[in-house]
Amino acid sequence: MNELAIDVSGLVKRFNNKAVVRGVDLQMPRGQVWGFLGPNGSGKTTTIRMICGLLEPSAGEGRCLGFDIRRQARKIKDATGYMTQKFSFWEDLTIRENLEFVARLYNLSGRKKLVDTTLDKLGLTERQGQLSGALSGGWKQRLALAAVTMHKPDLLLLDEPTAGVDPQARRDFWDEIHQLSNQGMTVLVSTHYMDEAERCDQIVYLAHGNILTQGKVDDVIEKAGLITFQGKGHNVRLLAEQLKGVSGVEHVAFFGAALHVSGRDRVSLEKAIAAFANDDVNWQEIQASLEDTFISLMQDAGKDTREHG
Amino acid sequence: MKLFASLGRVYAIMAKELVQMRRDRMTFAMMLALPIIQLILFGFAINTDPKSLPTAVYAEDNSPVVRRILSAFEQSGYYQLLRRADSPQQGSDWLAKGEVSFVIHIPEGFTRRLIRGEHPQLLVEADASDPAAASNAISQAREIVNQALGTELKGPLQYLRSPPPQVDVVVHKRYNPEGITQYNIVPGLLGVILTMTCVMITSMAMTRESERGNLENLLAMPTRPHEMMLGKICPYILVGLVQTLVILSAAKYLFDVPFFGSLGLLLAGVMVFIFANLCLGFTFSTVARSQMQAMQMTFFFFLPSILLSGFMFPFRGMPVWAQSIGEVLPLTHFLRMVRGVMLKGNGMPELQQEFLALTLFILVVGTVAILRYRRTLD
Ligand SMILES: Nc1ncnc2c1ncn2[C@@H]1O[C@H](COP(=O)(O)OP(=O)(O)OP(=O)(O)O)[C@@H](O)[C@H]1O
Ligand SMILES: [Mg+2]
Repeated sequence: MNELAIDVSGLVKRFNNKAVVRGVDLQMPRGQVWGFLGPNGSGKTTTIRMICGLLEPSAGEGRCLGFDIRRQARKIKDATGYMTQKFSFWEDLTIRENLEFVARLYNLSGRKKLVDTTLDKLGLTERQGQLSGALSGGWKQRLALAAVTMHKPDLLLLDEPTAGVDPQARRDFWDEIHQLSNQGMTVLVSTHYMDEAERCDQIVYLAHGNILTQGKVDDVIEKAGLITFQGKGHNVRLLAEQLKGVSGVEHVAFFGAALHVSGRDRVSLEKAIAAFANDDVNWQEIQASLEDTFISLMQDAGKDTREHG
Repeated sequence: MKLFASLGRVYAIMAKELVQMRRDRMTFAMMLALPIIQLILFGFAINTDPKSLPTAVYAEDNSPVVRRILSAFEQSGYYQLLRRADSPQQGSDWLAKGEVSFVIHIPEGFTRRLIRGEHPQLLVEADASDPAAASNAISQAREIVNQALGTELKGPLQYLRSPPPQVDVVVHKRYNPEGITQYNIVPGLLGVILTMTCVMITSMAMTRESERGNLENLLAMPTRPHEMMLGKICPYILVGLVQTLVILSAAKYLFDVPFFGSLGLLLAGVMVFIFANLCLGFTFSTVARSQMQAMQMTFFFFLPSILLSGFMFPFRGMPVWAQSIGEVLPLTHFLRMVRGVMLKGNGMPELQQEFLALTLFILVVGTVAILRYRRTLD
């Protein structure tokens, strides 16, 4: 058996001659949970669609669960569960009918019992006769996750499964993801939430259709080499405007009452801050957050694309 | 085992489609109301042998013979004498405005000249802009006058009657001896209504999924094109059969259309025909990018179907090129089947060709659908 769940290289996707994915290489081992991050429009959804055979790559090759993504899409679909970014189950079918449709389509045995237990686990037994279109956003997401895992796929591709879901439900959702992973499923989750990224074995960060960085969260932060100072105190907010644009300061952001100032050149960053060191503000070096890291990576990528056209 | 799994997927799609159809009140109502409305519109309104056409009279002569002739016009059923014109100009005006379809002009001294044997003229001006509307009434005009004169010219005037024709032409009007339009139209309507609804319903099959945002999910699951096609088509065979039932009942109880052939054979033909139309609709839906486009394609197909199939106009009266287009349309073959079975009592030997043509259509269109079916979101 192939040890890699996803093994693609040089994936390119163009729409109307505009490349939105520009050479993605991804090697993901089985049994892990990976986070797929990147700003809006960076190509996460497009990449996931190519991996599960829903879009044909404009260039590049790859295998998913050992099957060729161009030629064996059907085999991939058999063994994959793909939860789309936008709810795409049938809103004019009831909750139960949606699950039954999936169960029939995959020819799952013991269909009635399977649907019953799925409804039970979801806590939707009472509402099984409601149209799924009448569910709230969070419940729709839970229904979708249950539906795409009913056939016990080897690989789960979840595209922003927790967008618009409340914090408690989000936590439950992740418990569920880890449970599925413990059962042996490989999971690739796209998300915009940093706390979710930290729950992953590894993260992949995509921008402008390129993978900018990937690895364990701590490694990603360390690789970026970002130095961050936290400023606390009276009037710290007033400093933000003044710090922006000072050489050595790459970006400035608020975290509650605190100001985070980061850069990669320690000497000039310390010099920049020193100018604002007084009794009112207390500066302290902290570990750069994942968010700081991404923002700084994004800014670099932005510069690159501007420079290279 | 593989076949079993495949059938399972077809069944999954069918079941889903049936539930969705039941929930979509609007479409559901349309599928049942459409045949009824069309039957009433076409069945009762269309008449290719129009009677009681509005007629004006401009009579410059008045005598028992003239009155006799005019009343004969009225009694024929084709002419309804509504107005008297005061001048030839007035009559022409009415004709131009379409207020009357005919103006009967009896010139001055008509009776006197008739009796003298001078062959006076009797002028019937007709609005022949629509040939179908006027032609039967026109062809009857001479006969009406001759018969009126036949009874009026008695005794010494008998010699003025027109001589009997030299050859007696005998016409046997077979299959529809009374020439009742409905006998031809109502069975034809079965084909027209099935064409319209079947093509339209399945032309929405895939476009609806993509417009409602379900396509991505559907394509992410392992279905083959032909499974999708069968699953999307089969539920609507049922709909087509219900429509057939409605129309055939109306034909029997509302329009008294005779039924000479075998019902089983007709239903077999109906099934093949419904399947052909559903296949075509599905093909449209694999080509169309939106429901709007699918709708337009349906109408684009519907128009020649109505015009060139022999439903509206006699098929054998069309130019050869139009007939060859007509031969490609399923409706053409179905009309021959349904009229053949119902009115002529045709059996399988006569209809073999039509079955063959429809089967060929299904094979070609089905192949196109499967080739065109988009397996990806590209
Ligand atoms: N079918 C399509 N036709 C044309 N352009 C497309 C198509 N699908 C996606 N794009 C474009 O490709 C780019 C990448 O889109 P994609 O949905 O992959 O981004 P994403 O990373 O998933 O973004 P988000 O976080 O907002 O979901 C976007 O600019 C989008 O407009
Ligand atoms: Mg996306």
